[in-house]
Amino acid sequence: MRRELSALPTLLRIGLAEAVAYRAEMVVWMLTMTMPLVSLALWSAVADVAPVAGFASGDFAAYFLATLVVRQVTGSWVVWEMNQEIRSGTLVRRLLRPVSPLLTYACEGVAAVPLRSLVALPFAVAGLVATGGSRLPHDVTTWVAWGVSMVGAWLLGFALLATLGALAFYLESTTALFDAYMALFLVFSGYLVPLELLPAWVRAVARALPLRYTLATPVEILVGRLPRAALAGELAAQWAWVVAAWAVATFAFRRGVRRFAAYGG
Amino acid sequence: MRGALSLIGLQLRLSLARSAQYRWDFVTSGLMTLVWTAIGVIPVFVALHGRPSVAGWSYEAALVVVGWFTLLKGVLEGAVNPSLVAVVEHIRQGTLDFVLLKPRDAQLLVSTSRFEPWRIVDVVAGLALVVWALHALGRVPSPGGVALALTLLGAAVVVLYALWILVVSAAFWVVRLDNLAYLFNALFDFARWPIDVFRGLVALLFTYVLPLALMTTYPVRALLGTLEPRVAVAALAGALAFALVARRTFQAALGRYTSASS
Repeated sequence: MRRELSALPTLLRIGLAEAVAYRAEMVVWMLTMTMPLVSLALWSAVADVAPVAGFASGDFAAYFLATLVVRQVTGSWVVWEMNQEIRSGTLVRRLLRPVSPLLTYACEGVAAVPLRSLVALPFAVAGLVATGGSRLPHDVTTWVAWGVSMVGAWLLGFALLATLGALAFYLESTTALFDAYMALFLVFSGYLVPLELLPAWVRAVARALPLRYTLATPVEILVGRLPRAALAGELAAQWAWVVAAWAVATFAFRRGVRRFAAYGG
Repeated sequence: MRGALSLIGLQLRLSLARSAQYRWDFVTSGLMTLVWTAIGVIPVFVALHGRPSVAGWSYEAALVVVGWFTLLKGVLEGAVNPSLVAVVEHIRQGTLDFVLLKPRDAQLLVSTSRFEPWRIVDVVAGLALVVWALHALGRVPSPGGVALALTLLGAAVVVLYALWILVVSAAFWVVRLDNLAYLFNALFDFARWPIDVFRGLVALLFTYVLPLALMTTYPVRALLGTLEPRVAVAALAGALAFALVARRTFQAALGRYTSASS
């Protein structure tokens, strides 16, 4: 544990260097993450005709800009890295290092956060200007809760994707699985449509899945759609999922590595 | 031309034989299709069901668009995507050599190398949704409208194919493409909405740069009999232009291929 901690600064520095080195990839990623802007355009047009279940134009603007910011900062792409490295055998390089490969992946993800936050910043400002900031939390407790939920969202999203990535040890192709995950994510995390607007049965499904805690939780806290009384319960549920997902990811990875045969040159 | 057709026929037969080995895929992909179609209707349901129509589109009319989108997605994932995803892998590993050595047109060979016949389930589900929504609207499309819609479907497939060829061409420059394909899919997903719902810059983008309008809205307008002939002609011309640009780009990109085998 001590050894891993002392390696952290170096790992983070490597991660930052890589994030800067693969600029083209980063740019495509960032473009992908601006998708909420399209949703925003779409839903404000719909709300202009008549508010949708209490959501007026401005509510949609606040919601989707918050979604963009949260997703930009907390999204991760570990599943692609892993899939690729397991497939091509380059995972060997990670296995040779004296720290857990999962940790090195996580560090690369964390190291990209400052750069991505920088990109998210203009949208956050735009959101603030457009909505006058009246929806933002007014007390320190809620802001702290939001910070905690952001960390939780990142950890949970990472662990879920790492689990999917580790499945590449067992299956020939995980892309179909990933597509299914993405489709589920789009609907049940509140990315496409605010969860409040969905039919009751869809909301019930969303409650039972971990996906809402990777996005909707911080977003709803940020735009003041989660009542204060519900905060503690929401965060507890989120962190329970975080612990469970990390346990599964670690287990899947450890078991998978045993099956790993680095083929190819 | 005859040679090209027989080549496509041959590749199609190989794909059929391959997928006949995985019959269970038919059941699983069928079930998944049902689930995705249902989930795909949700946003449109939330936005339009029991509410005033938006930009001239009522819930039922928008459902025709969703149905057409499902149909087109089935064609895309059955006939266009699989081969082109395989090409990217060839480029990365340097095995594109084996394709280039064959005495046939490289683009034709790579783009017909793999079909997924089971996606026919998507096409049927999409059609069923279109028919149901048209029935709910109380509209029966004219034969001319249907013919025009099918022509536009062809044009849409050409455009999608051209866009994919452009994405694949990028693979000669940058090695990793997963995220570009992902971006493409994420944008394509907005085709489930009628184009008139979008405004400003987004509407321009989805009409001229990434012509989602041509892919779903125009064919549905043709079915409903509200498509202006001028727009239809422009759409077909645009599709042709897309295909030509893609062809030129692919050939330029092929020139940069440096067989990366070890």
